[in-house]
Amino acid sequence: MKWPALFFIISATLWLLAGTALGLISSYKMHDPNFLGNWEWLTFGRTRSAHLNAVMYGWCNNAIFAVGLWIMARLCRTEIRHLGLLIVAGVFWNIAVTIGIGGIFIGDMTSVEWLEMPTYITPLLAIAYALIGVWGIIAFRYRQSEHIYISQWYILGALFWFPWIYSVAQIMILFEPARGTVQSLTNWWFAHNVLGLWLTPMALAAAYYFIPKVIGRPIHSYYLSILGFWTLALFYNWAGVHHIVGGPVPAWVISSGIVASVMMVIPVIVTAINHHMTAIGHFRQVIESPTLRFVVFGAMSYTLVSFIGSTMSLRSVSEISHFTHLTVGHAHHGVYAFFTMIMFGSIYFILPRLLYREWPSKFLITCHFWFAALGITIMIVTLHVGGWIQGLEMNNPEIPFIEVMKGTVPWLKARTISGFFLAIAHIAFAINVFWIVFFRQGQEDVVGTPTLFSSKQAR
Amino acid sequence: MNNLPLTFCGIFFTLAFAWIGIVLTNQIQYGDLEPTTEQFDPETGGPIEGDPLYPRKPVGLAEQGKKVYMDLGCMYCHTQQVRRKGYGSDYERAWGRRQSVARDYIYQDRVLLGTMRTGPDLMAVGERLPIPAWHYLHLYNPTITSQGSLMPPYAFLYEKREIKGSETSESALKLPPEFAVETGYEVIPGRRADALVAYLMSLKLDYDLPEAKRE
Repeated sequence: MKWPALFFIISATLWLLAGTALGLISSYKMHDPNFLGNWEWLTFGRTRSAHLNAVMYGWCNNAIFAVGLWIMARLCRTEIRHLGLLIVAGVFWNIAVTIGIGGIFIGDMTSVEWLEMPTYITPLLAIAYALIGVWGIIAFRYRQSEHIYISQWYILGALFWFPWIYSVAQIMILFEPARGTVQSLTNWWFAHNVLGLWLTPMALAAAYYFIPKVIGRPIHSYYLSILGFWTLALFYNWAGVHHIVGGPVPAWVISSGIVASVMMVIPVIVTAINHHMTAIGHFRQVIESPTLRFVVFGAMSYTLVSFIGSTMSLRSVSEISHFTHLTVGHAHHGVYAFFTMIMFGSIYFILPRLLYREWPSKFLITCHFWFAALGITIMIVTLHVGGWIQGLEMNNPEIPFIEVMKGTVPWLKARTISGFFLAIAHIAFAINVFWIVFFRQGQEDVVGTPTLFSSKQAR
Repeated sequence: MNNLPLTFCGIFFTLAFAWIGIVLTNQIQYGDLEPTTEQFDPETGGPIEGDPLYPRKPVGLAEQGKKVYMDLGCMYCHTQQVRRKGYGSDYERAWGRRQSVARDYIYQDRVLLGTMRTGPDLMAVGERLPIPAWHYLHLYNPTITSQGSLMPPYAFLYEKREIKGSETSESALKLPPEFAVETGYEVIPGRRADALVAYLMSLKLDYDLPEAKRE
């Protein structure tokens, strides 16, 4: 698993940098629309879509392929064979995403949210995914361990769910479009499930693996983890429809989406209790271990973002929050503060074990954590507050629309500042990754224990 | 959870349940909606024979304009859906004289409901702002018509060229002095700008449906 994992981690890091740059450009354009305004390929609609697809299919998926498959192989106590094939599939995945984002820039965008990449790369993506995802299943099939851990279920479920939602969405929206707003329902069933049935289970699998692993004690409750898994599988599925509250679709389907969104409180509380009870009394270790710092930050964000999400789905709240920057803030809350932070933590654990050497710079890890944590907090707060004000003003017909728009500018500027924070964090992360991978320091190959800030191994 | 087949069934059926509920059931419920007349015939309960059918089929240039709308990503700031009166201020802001309903979208190959209103809703922009010249100026540089707008300029859909002869072309933009180009030059909308404006002009909610009447 060493070479494929390295390949995916490096690809993910490169996509993260590209996605950050595109995000910053888009964010800046939101309050200064003339910025880079003369180039058609850099118009706002395209840069923001390129940003979304670069972070989603570039960063998130590559990180998942590395972390998910690595955890799977570890827990199954098995080797992943035919590594060459896996790397070839990975190369094709990355080529497909690159072409797809190029397609967005040259004007082949589909304008279907979360599926902007043109249809001509769909087959390539699908085949590459199949060749990557199947390794997780093969590893599971030939597992050497008797016991099956909760992380394995999350990973297995996600590996199976993602291709299903992806192919249904591709077919019913792009290849053989359904009639009218059935497309929109399919679209949000897909887009929300990318978060709910792909990113979330993978991040939870990592949290369930690393929190007990680094602390060195078993997970608090086996039964709670089962309850969490099945309620998530049952309710998250239905929640996506809350993105079209008030829209031209049957009221019953929206109501069921709202019910499911509220029911999501159950898996969230269950998971939160389980993680909290595992980590309780070991606060020192959470602070000391870079992995746990990131993972626990992510796990706590999961609880918060899910509660906010359940609230936002209610009709009375959605009336205000829908169509505003609050939704954008919420998306970053989920994908960044929860998912991405956990992936960072996982990579801090995995890379030293692949390379048999420690992280070269403790300072860069600290930098990464604080800039990322501060940056994302600023972004979430400004977009939530700014978005809420925008929503209230938009619902007051006394205020002209242009004034509502002008009112968002200070919040959007603050968001750009938070983007700079994140960019610094990511550069620190990238330097550290390339440093550990490509430059061998004269260090002893001493890895058996997790990286700790206080340990002498790390400088 | 060590019972493998059972767990696989669980993983399969949880997703199948939602897929059937959200996607398939709705496809069956209203996936074959047909256009109809403004009112149903009280006797047959169906469309009145001879009356015009709504929604209208999209035509020619406007359809090409929709492609431009899509490849520029307009829908990431503009929705195309009007919520019912009393829910939000869509009605009061004159974004539509009635709620938009599922039947309004049946002729659209790609439905662009949108989820973000950085800019206003465009479901009925062809009624609300019916003057093409306004749209040509607004797309060229939004601040000409809307001071303080955050919309990006789409000047790349236009062509700046030397005025041939003594008269400016008929389609040249009538730019206010502070936005004017050098003397001897004029700004002409390109083919894609024409298509985009035609598309925007075609966006209307100027008909009733049996299930949604204008107020």
